[in-house]
Amino acid sequence: MTTAILALQGAFAEHGAMLDALGEPWFELRSAADADRGFDRLVLPGGESTVQGKLLREEGLLEPLGCRIRAGMPVLGTCAGLILLARSVVGRGPDGALAEGPGTFSTLGVAVKRNAYGRQLGSFHASAPLDGGAVVPMSFIRAPRIIDRAPDVRCLAEVDGWPVAVQQGSQIAVAFHPELDGDPSIHELFLGL
Amino acid sequence: MEPETTQERAKLNRELAQMLKGGVIMDVTTPEQARIAEEAGACAVMALERIPADIRAAGGVSRMSDPAMIRGIQDAVSIPVMAKCRIGHFAEAQILQAIEIDYIDESEVLSPADDVHHIDKGAFAVPFVCGARDLGEALRRIAEGASMIRTKGEPGTGDVIQAVSHMRLINGQIRHVSSLRDDELCEAAKELEVPVGLLRSVHETGKLPVVNFAAGGIATPADAALMMQLGAEGVFVGSGIFKSGDPAQRARAIVGAVSRFDDADYLAQVSVGLGEAMVGINRDEIELLIAERGA
Repeated sequence: MTTAILALQGAFAEHGAMLDALGEPWFELRSAADADRGFDRLVLPGGESTVQGKLLREEGLLEPLGCRIRAGMPVLGTCAGLILLARSVVGRGPDGALAEGPGTFSTLGVAVKRNAYGRQLGSFHASAPLDGGAVVPMSFIRAPRIIDRAPDVRCLAEVDGWPVAVQQGSQIAVAFHPELDGDPSIHELFLGL
Repeated sequence: MEPETTQERAKLNRELAQMLKGGVIMDVTTPEQARIAEEAGACAVMALERIPADIRAAGGVSRMSDPAMIRGIQDAVSIPVMAKCRIGHFAEAQILQAIEIDYIDESEVLSPADDVHHIDKGAFAVPFVCGARDLGEALRRIAEGASMIRTKGEPGTGDVIQAVSHMRLINGQIRHVSSLRDDELCEAAKELEVPVGLLRSVHETGKLPVVNFAAGGIATPADAALMMQLGAEGVFVGSGIFKSGDPAQRARAIVGAVSRFDDADYLAQVSVGLGEAMVGINRDEIELLIAERGA
């Protein structure tokens, strides 16, 4: 099995280090040519979702990757990756007002609010049990919040009453950064899909 | 929630810089420019009243921007907003923290306020980025609490030579430190005037303990790709975008070039038809060397 890590912008190297530690082969996916290489799974890393979404469109990656996600390829989205997968995104529009719009891949049945915890001073650490099991550390960096989810979207972990890790079929998405805290639980769950 | 420790805050602040990697941070002076930058794919913007080229042209004392102007830019975009304070001017930094800036640049581009001390950045909750010309400067800033480093370069010139020289020097010194024996680290720390603990971390990991961007004089997609290939983890573009003929197009091209920095065919595509680059000034034609401020 091989995992592609979307490497347009953001903390993709950290996911690579985590997959190395778990013995999973991976490569950095940056272009349409990369998307033609063989891979079985996809990681969408943290970073700025506006930048990644724009580059996905410009590189012609949205359609081929979206098709594979809809066809059931396992995908892990962290923070910005969650925003890219979400069906609906609440954020500030060009006029400065809050507005709800469609997501980028729009494959995951959740609505997310960008920067829901405020600016960097609102970033925080927390920990919570994952799927009723072990407690995992969580770094929330200018994090999005999952404000709504479809009935078949399962909540894997919550903090302060909000879902922070969800699964729908072969898609796992988290509002925090499992690539930063040295705990492999989320990646193990993803590789087990 | 449990009260947060200083170490946790420092970790979160270094982590925000990790999220900016592979991205372009653009200087903007108005909400309109900030929107153009976000639309073009900037991963953050630097809000300031005058870009370095104009600061250079205007002369005089250059200070922190009006908080109302910074707020206008915070309201205009959803990406992180940074702002500059003067070297050593911790009261300006307190004001920027009060308006919840995402990152403070303790910057040599403004007139230094203290010729001896930099800000005690560990005393702040908000993160700081600082400029450095060599490994010693970089580690001193990190010891003071900086959670991100950038090369100083020579801002406002459109001349990339200083950024290249600083990036090569920092990474060359890191390679040298990696090659030392353990019992040589104390002497090396003394020579570089840095804490031995930080030097030991460089020795063990072969890199800085925080993210390192390139800044100062980057004006073209090729400049950005050059810095990335030399080991920068992202770039700041100051005067290079909004002093050029077609800012939006140049901004998009530089964003693409940072993402695909080692793909020459792609770089050839995005370098086409960008209109006029900013008019550069050569380093030996300028009287004020900003990079020499604060060591």
